Amino acid sequence: MYKIVRKKELNSAVTLMDIEAPFIAKKAQAGQFIIFRIDDKGERVPLTIAGYDREKGTVTIIFQKVGFSTIALGNLNEGDYIQDFVGPLGKPTPVAGKKKVCVVGGGVGCAIALPSARAFKEAGADVTVIVGFRNKDIVILEEEFAAVADRLILMTDDGSYGQHGLVTQPLKEMLENGETFDEVLAIGPIPMMKFVSLTTKPFGVHTSVSLNPIMVDGTGMCGGCRVTVGGEVKFACVDGPEFDGHQVDFAELMSRNGSYRDREAEVTETHACRMEAMGKALIK
Amino acid sequence: MANMTLTKTPMPEQDPKVRARNFKEVALGYTPEQAIEEAGRCLKCKNPKCVEGCPVNVRIPEFIAKVQEGDFKAAYEIITSTNALPALSGRVCPQESQCESKCVRGIKGEPVAIGRLERFVADWYRENVNAMPEKVPSNGIKVAVVGSGPAGMTAASDLAKMGYVVTMFEALHTAGGVLVYGIPEFRLPKAIVANEIVKLQAQGVEVMTNMVIGRVLTIDELFEMGYKAVFVGSGAGLPMFMNIPGEALKGVMSANEYLTRTNLMKAYDETADTPVIRSKAVAVVGGGNVAMDAARCAMRLGADNVYVVYRRGEAEMPARAEEKHHAKEEGIEFKTLCNPIEIIGDENGRVCGMKCIRMELGEPDASGRRRPIEVPDSEFMLEVDTVVMSLGTSPNPLIRSTTPGLETNRKGCLIVNENEMTTRDGVFAGGDAVTGAATVILAMGAGKKGAAAIDAYLKK
Repeated sequence: MYKIVRKKELNSAVTLMDIEAPFIAKKAQAGQFIIFRIDDKGERVPLTIAGYDREKGTVTIIFQKVGFSTIALGNLNEGDYIQDFVGPLGKPTPVAGKKKVCVVGGGVGCAIALPSARAFKEAGADVTVIVGFRNKDIVILEEEFAAVADRLILMTDDGSYGQHGLVTQPLKEMLENGETFDEVLAIGPIPMMKFVSLTTKPFGVHTSVSLNPIMVDGTGMCGGCRVTVGGEVKFACVDGPEFDGHQVDFAELMSRNGSYRDREAEVTETHACRMEAMGKALIK
Repeated sequence: MANMTLTKTPMPEQDPKVRARNFKEVALGYTPEQAIEEAGRCLKCKNPKCVEGCPVNVRIPEFIAKVQEGDFKAAYEIITSTNALPALSGRVCPQESQCESKCVRGIKGEPVAIGRLERFVADWYRENVNAMPEKVPSNGIKVAVVGSGPAGMTAASDLAKMGYVVTMFEALHTAGGVLVYGIPEFRLPKAIVANEIVKLQAQGVEVMTNMVIGRVLTIDELFEMGYKAVFVGSGAGLPMFMNIPGEALKGVMSANEYLTRTNLMKAYDETADTPVIRSKAVAVVGGGNVAMDAARCAMRLGADNVYVVYRRGEAEMPARAEEKHHAKEEGIEFKTLCNPIEIIGDENGRVCGMKCIRMELGEPDASGRRRPIEVPDSEFMLEVDTVVMSLGTSPNPLIRSTTPGLETNRKGCLIVNENEMTTRDGVFAGGDAVTGAATVILAMGAGKKGAAAIDAYLKK
């Protein structure tokens, strides 16, 4: 059993929790993920690690309450226990040797973009951060990003806070103005990662995306998380979760993530479709 | 005077029509009377060939003699002197190619039903005695066992009996490995596996679930933590696919995924949160025991039609005869000499069919089996909404890729010497991680040898 030692609502739909998991806290690195299971009947749900405290032995997760299990997790409180918490799984974000990077976060994806941005910074890189949200009410982690980023650009879809528009806009402007990066890392909804990859491709800037396919065990056993990258089948849980965004078959990933759609909240799908349309309009 | 009946005493089973729609155990086991009757068929050979056929050398005629006397407790003690997990091996061992294949009664008629008797004794003991094993005095030496499947459980049990302080690490949330995530409830009830884990704990074995060795701790870190030897029984968990068009469609999955959702996550139980596709027509591609398990699960999950698609003939299928027989009885249709070439999807990216081609058998290949060859222009469409790929598995790379000096063969299997030691000093291995996908009993045998080898190594 794993104790919830801190809970904080970041906005109406997004919750932060620190979970007591000393073995994982000792080993976790940016870019890796955990799998939780609430109780004996629960499903195994992967979440990318949002932070860790090696001394306190805690691991931070930030999640959007969209499905059955994340809503149930959000209903638990400090002092409660969850049945299972396993990790760190997957490969860490490769930060070594990168001098100038741009980390792009979208919505709740910002939660996992933050530790990667921090890891790049700690490895000595100049870090630009672009984060995007639907509107002012759901902005999260602004102060944390400001502390890590050499340059922080905050976007909202409706212009209610920061700059008006999608994350791809400032990225495109920078690249068009001759700026370049050793690495662009995009973490967020699939359409956003796809359009970030499409934005950087003409400029030949290496772009990584952190994928979140359907997963059961997270150790390479089920193959449910297989994604096609550069024509090859990869397992996100052991080969990823980060892959070359210019090689990922996003359409396939999008389709496969809908395998159990009837059980998923419609809200995510609706938002994803809207972003797809907006992204398309922008790329034209 | 021996019971000279030529056939085995039949074991009661659930009716095929009924069991094809439930997850309860298929074979119901002998009654004490049936067991005593069957035990009477054993000739108590002076030089018992059956024992040689057993990977863990169960003293078969001795335990059967006790069954015949009605002293089931004594029979249990004889079995468990060499086999820690008889309730499991009695159910899932391929006895027909091991102990029973050597039985002299099999020369004329059927061999003694050794597997059924072993199962009977183990079940009788669990239901009537179930005494927890004694914890032997500790020698204070720590040994780590990585993986809690049949190899790891056997190694942990034997090491604990020798006094070692054993920690068994499991990556998933429930201990038991393939016995829990792979083999379905109707072949091996999970309560039986759980009881074996409780017995290990009674022996003093610490069971740590949710520990993915290679990630949360490396083998080197285990040594730093004071473990003096490590046994790796991490199995062969990585599923293979065919690399044909359409494998990324919704409704195509590995047998591992299908079975894990169904067995480990209990997706067949409506109150479990994990979903599994409720299919109308399922094609399971492959001919092994795992394919039979997947097909039989599909039937129980409510499919109208379940096909086992296999490129060779039925005789060449690696699945046990009993599994094939049970599957057919339950209404599963075998499409042999038939190979998928493409999976077809509908406008929503869901499987709606599988294009297959007929095969015929040519000359024997390297494996000694006749090579399947495509029959030209024989393509046909199988109408299915789910495809389960059961093509075999390979060892998980997590441990080998995070342990310097641990060498593997080209298939990714750990290389061990005659003492079960890997290329790293103090690191031993056994089971599917060494052999590639094989049987539960071979893994148990390897766990046993590994424990003995670790004991010899630590006493040096």
